[in-house]
Amino acid sequence: MAQFILRRLLGLCFVLIGVSILTFGIAQLVPVDPAASALGGQAREAQIQAYRQELGLDRPVWEQYFRYVRRLAQGDLGQSIRTRRPVANDLRDFFPATVELALAALLVSVFLGIPLGIVAALNRSRYGDVLARLLALIGGSLPIFYVGGLGLDLFYRHLRWIPGGGRLAATLQPPTNITGMFTLDALLSGNWPIFRDATWHLILPALTLGYFSTAVLLRITRSAILDTLLQDYIRTARAKGLPHRLVILRHVFANALPSILTTLGITFGSLLSGAVLTETIFNWPGIGRYVTTSVLNLDLPAVMGVTLLIAFLYPALNTVIDIAYTVVDPRLRSQ
Amino acid sequence: MQFSLVSRRLRKDPAMLVGFGLLLLFFLLAILAPMLSPRDPIEQNPIDSLKPPSTNYVLGSDKLGRDILSRMIHGARISVFAGLAVIAAAGCFGTALGLLAGYRGGWADEALMRVTDIFFAFPGLILAMAIAGALGPSLQNALIAVAVVSWPVYARLIRGQTLTLREHEFVLAAKSLGVSEWRILLQHVLPNALSPLLVQASFDMGATILSIAGLSFIGFGAQPPIPEWGAMISDGRKYDLIVYWWLTAVPGAAILLYVAAFNLVGDGLRDILDPRLRK
Repeated sequence: MAQFILRRLLGLCFVLIGVSILTFGIAQLVPVDPAASALGGQAREAQIQAYRQELGLDRPVWEQYFRYVRRLAQGDLGQSIRTRRPVANDLRDFFPATVELALAALLVSVFLGIPLGIVAALNRSRYGDVLARLLALIGGSLPIFYVGGLGLDLFYRHLRWIPGGGRLAATLQPPTNITGMFTLDALLSGNWPIFRDATWHLILPALTLGYFSTAVLLRITRSAILDTLLQDYIRTARAKGLPHRLVILRHVFANALPSILTTLGITFGSLLSGAVLTETIFNWPGIGRYVTTSVLNLDLPAVMGVTLLIAFLYPALNTVIDIAYTVVDPRLRSQ
Repeated sequence: MQFSLVSRRLRKDPAMLVGFGLLLLFFLLAILAPMLSPRDPIEQNPIDSLKPPSTNYVLGSDKLGRDILSRMIHGARISVFAGLAVIAAAGCFGTALGLLAGYRGGWADEALMRVTDIFFAFPGLILAMAIAGALGPSLQNALIAVAVVSWPVYARLIRGQTLTLREHEFVLAAKSLGVSEWRILLQHVLPNALSPLLVQASFDMGATILSIAGLSFIGFGAQPPIPEWGAMISDGRKYDLIVYWWLTAVPGAAILLYVAAFNLVGDGLRDILDPRLRK
């Protein structure tokens, strides 16, 4: 077990080095001179040259890379050209909003996708199953950026059921910063009006972001349960007279859990991808919208910062899930 | 590949048949676009701005008075071609690397696995966005970006297949007869690894279409006046999606149906080609 974890952590280190090389490489593709764009249009040639030297852009590429990594190790992600602030500060401000949105969407998909998947599998080929599969098919094929916009116009512009974009009504002050997630912070500080408003703002973006992963989880849960139902030990459990509910809970669901868990890890990645589109539609001030604006403005330090942050977090999370996997599945522990 | 099996199963699997039917429809739309579309997709008629569906404009017109139906049909051209091009590029590249790594093993295999690990560290759309942004916003660059993000899946898949296949007797026999490495890979290993590749490709096609449309939606893909579905939704979103529903509902439905078609076909193919599920 300890060896397995150690091996996974070592693999993670390798991935992180590779990620830094890849991110650095993408930045080299940009045809724009970072020094010139940082100084703006009015800068003189001599100024640009001096700044290039200061940034080390006149050095060989490998030297630039090591300089970049040295700065990364100190937590320095550079300065955003657009916001004129350290990228690390920007990320600290924008990231909690994305985490809040992604977690809410994950809740939606776990509480809808897994139960629906179980119901579909237990009613194989009957109405419930067909309906659930149809939902999964549509959910997995509808573009997020259409559904989000449609929801916003229907529920906000026409029906006025929910507030418009953003995280909080303009008249309200954000709650005391503890986690940066407005709903959680408001709850922790016992501020009900803010909690209510933040939750209302969160519902539609979370549903929009969550329906796609709901579809994925539904499919995986359904097929994992169907696979397990065919196993001999299920028949044995039934034969010895175990109540149906216990067979499903203790034998079927427990054995289907590892594949559902793995999917959750992958789901988190698709949630981050989807967050880019969802945040753009709902004006949600998270890193998705931040990175979109940064790419469109060729704000390289900001783009590299976001890609790095995500590419560090995503494999780290998958490593945690892999380790959790061995806890859930005793067969893997002995290997 | 068991084509007779596929055609026999197709008759028993109505969902897959629907998927194939839809695909055929979209392929026909793409090929015959100039003949089928009633108007020029980029021709502007300012007098007919934002007209709802009528006999004149069957699916309405946009702000610049362009015919939505014609734009949707020409959009099929872009989505069909773009999806195929991306999957073909990513599939070929990934397959070639996967075959070599799986067959040779050793450091080549180790290196490939580590490189794919790095690519898997990024959620697809975000890496594609960074690449597309770095190359400059255009449809072609968006396709390159999505292909760069997509190949590792195929490399992993084919590597796994090759690892088991290389130990089979027919490969060992070919080897002992002195057949060249490339010939073994292309004639003996690859054909036996194709089924899972096909299933993966049909699922990926849907995801690819959504990614390309998504990139266009945020401005990194097709640029105006190209009638790409994602770009059409992005354009139509400037107006109320309920009042001027046809601006976005038409390309939205096109994406939904085209992606769903690939998912249906992928499901069906997997059921047929996975012997465990065959009854």
